Amino acid sequence: MSINMKAAACVAAVVIGGAAGLPAQAQSARDYISIVGSSTVYPFATVVAENFGRSTRFKTPKIESTGSGGGLKLFCSGVGVGNPDITNSSRRIKQSEVDLCAANGVADIVEVKIGYDGIVLANSVSSAVYRLTRAQIFLALAREVPDPDGSERLVPNPYQKWSDIDPTLPADVIEVLGPPPTSGTRDAFVELAMEGGCKTFGWIGAIKGQDKNRFKSICHTIREDGRFIEAGENDNLIVQKLRANPQALGIFGFSFLDQNEDTVQGSFVDGQAPTFDAIAAGAYPVSRPLYFYVKKAHVEAIPGVREYLAEFTSDKAMGEDGYLADKGLIPLPNDERLAVIRAVTGLEPMTLTRN
Amino acid sequence: MLTGEQTRVRVAASLARRYRQEFLFRLFGIVSIVIGVGFLLFLFTTIIGNGYSAFWQTTIKLDVMIEESVVDPDGSRDPETLAAANYARLIQDALLEVYPEAAGRRDRRALKSLVSTGAAYILRDRVVDDPALIGTRHSFWLLADDEVDMLIKGHVEAGGDEALRRLSDRQVGWIEGLQAAGRIKKRFNTQFFTAGDSREPEMAGIWGATKGSFFMLLVTLLLSFPLGVAAAVYLEEFAPNNRWVDVIEVNINNLAAVPSIVFGLLGLAVFINFVGLPRSAPIVGGLVLTLMTLPVVIIAGRAALKSVPPSVREAALGVGASQMQVIFHHVLPLAMPGMLTGAIIGMARALGESAPLLMIGMIAFIVEVPNSPTDPATALPVQVYLWADSPERAFVERTSAAIIVLLAFLLVMNATAVWLRNRFERRW
Repeated sequence: MSINMKAAACVAAVVIGGAAGLPAQAQSARDYISIVGSSTVYPFATVVAENFGRSTRFKTPKIESTGSGGGLKLFCSGVGVGNPDITNSSRRIKQSEVDLCAANGVADIVEVKIGYDGIVLANSVSSAVYRLTRAQIFLALAREVPDPDGSERLVPNPYQKWSDIDPTLPADVIEVLGPPPTSGTRDAFVELAMEGGCKTFGWIGAIKGQDKNRFKSICHTIREDGRFIEAGENDNLIVQKLRANPQALGIFGFSFLDQNEDTVQGSFVDGQAPTFDAIAAGAYPVSRPLYFYVKKAHVEAIPGVREYLAEFTSDKAMGEDGYLADKGLIPLPNDERLAVIRAVTGLEPMTLTRN
Repeated sequence: MLTGEQTRVRVAASLARRYRQEFLFRLFGIVSIVIGVGFLLFLFTTIIGNGYSAFWQTTIKLDVMIEESVVDPDGSRDPETLAAANYARLIQDALLEVYPEAAGRRDRRALKSLVSTGAAYILRDRVVDDPALIGTRHSFWLLADDEVDMLIKGHVEAGGDEALRRLSDRQVGWIEGLQAAGRIKKRFNTQFFTAGDSREPEMAGIWGATKGSFFMLLVTLLLSFPLGVAAAVYLEEFAPNNRWVDVIEVNINNLAAVPSIVFGLLGLAVFINFVGLPRSAPIVGGLVLTLMTLPVVIIAGRAALKSVPPSVREAALGVGASQMQVIFHHVLPLAMPGMLTGAIIGMARALGESAPLLMIGMIAFIVEVPNSPTDPATALPVQVYLWADSPERAFVERTSAAIIVLLAFLLVMNATAVWLRNRFERRW
């Protein structure tokens, strides 16, 4: 027994010793690309990474799903092989994040816009298709809404059925399944659909000029009386719940609608169905651009970064008929894509004032 | 004072009630067990019912002509040229041979999408391994696309409105034609057990995550078991009885109840940011899980030491053994089975953990199978989570299949531990 114990102790010592010896090794080289960031971009970035890994001599990049904010924080924590080379984001980088990057020595960042993602409100195919406006979405989901009698004051949301909002809508109880506040999809939905509908009430729009925070709290706060149900980050779960409950609507990304068109259907928003073409043309109002950001200092230091960029922006990936479109990414219009390719091949650092 | 008769009467009066109480208590126990077993059965039937079909994969037999002009135009047989060739075109040509009527660009795309994009890479590897195939015609069983796989397995319907389906009527017609010609067969899904992650469900495998979990638990076991046993022996047998030892004991007991995400944060701060170990590596995962399991191992170890009868110690001391000899020759061997049980509980919990791994970057897409504890890797529960979150329908069955693998891993681990325990077990 004591011999066994000694052997175990020796092995443990080797493991600990090995671990202590590692930092030097880990810091000196990394032969794969390290990517972090948005869980919305994750399904697209991973396809590119896999194709890149299989068709070139480079290793397949490692992609962590950390969320846009978490990714940018890691990305901006410094230059060097211990830090990620690329971060995916379902929104544009903020000035505060650019400042954080600069403070940590990450000076030149290349911005790559990869395409668009639509956010859909969908229900089971066994029910009728909803035709909503953004104003109706706001009235159905906000915590406080303008008084139904038309006066300019806010009341706690009184609407229980869709038909209470507009008699032409079905007389079904409002029941919407959506992502929690930590999700980028929720951020985008609130900003594009809720705020879009909120602004249609002129007097609320006027508040924006006076008190921005008050405007945000009116337009961005979702009701908490059980009509909106937080269903977790897992969009598949929402799709499954919609199948089981034909009365409910769900909020998720377009790629999940695209993969499950036999069981769920997207609602019309402002007269536009969430189709591939409508989102690509910019006609569907609830859509957002997706990005990734590259550290210029890492392009030469880490093998394969330049080639990964080339693969991502190539016609077979990001083009109109590329494999990313098959996975549900809405491609950029041609001229915009050419501009992205130019910026990427020249590794032009971004500035936030552009656009 | 009761007389004998009075006692008898009183006992007879309460007897029925006491029997009834006992009966109810037994009934309660049986009902609890039935409910527990019911839940377990429900869990197993849903998981196995959803997952077993992932162990088979639809393949399509195609006669592929390995054209030298496509694969190796300059005839050099250089592996790099061979690897860079356009194998997808060879597969497309083979499909067109079966269905020459698919002429337009749109039709050809639709036809091509019946075969997995991964099939070209598998064909490439075959040709690179065996260049003699070049210039010959050979039939290959190629991986079908996940949509075709789902249709063949009956997870999606071919009927209904065409616009709402991922496969068009045309494609369904082609698939039925291939089936009638005996060109479609479900084969055992070896890919699932040998490959790393992939975004194509038919290419995705669990081996990368299994190895990641294995390396992580190896580090955890090698560190937490010796450390835990040493700490338990010291605290139980040698430590003086003073306030410091009390403080340490209370802290160890508290640590066992700390939520695992806290250990993840600690691991991020210490092992990655301070020591500089790489992110996403099983060694960091193993170190974090060691922190998590150590208190469990120590507490179980101390309980096992306590349960060794004092007579054993006293007898050994009585025949002149030193304290050290008493512990290593008598107490520890008797306590070993209990310590192993503690280690099993700790390791089983570590295997199922995903929250602390979030912080150290192991929730990641990693295609390459890790070969050492410092290569980037994920773990089994993380793989389950990542697949459950993927939009493709075919990942639903693969998620359940991954859970089956996770349970099998746990079973093998526990069986090994039980076997070890029985070997060490000594009766007195």
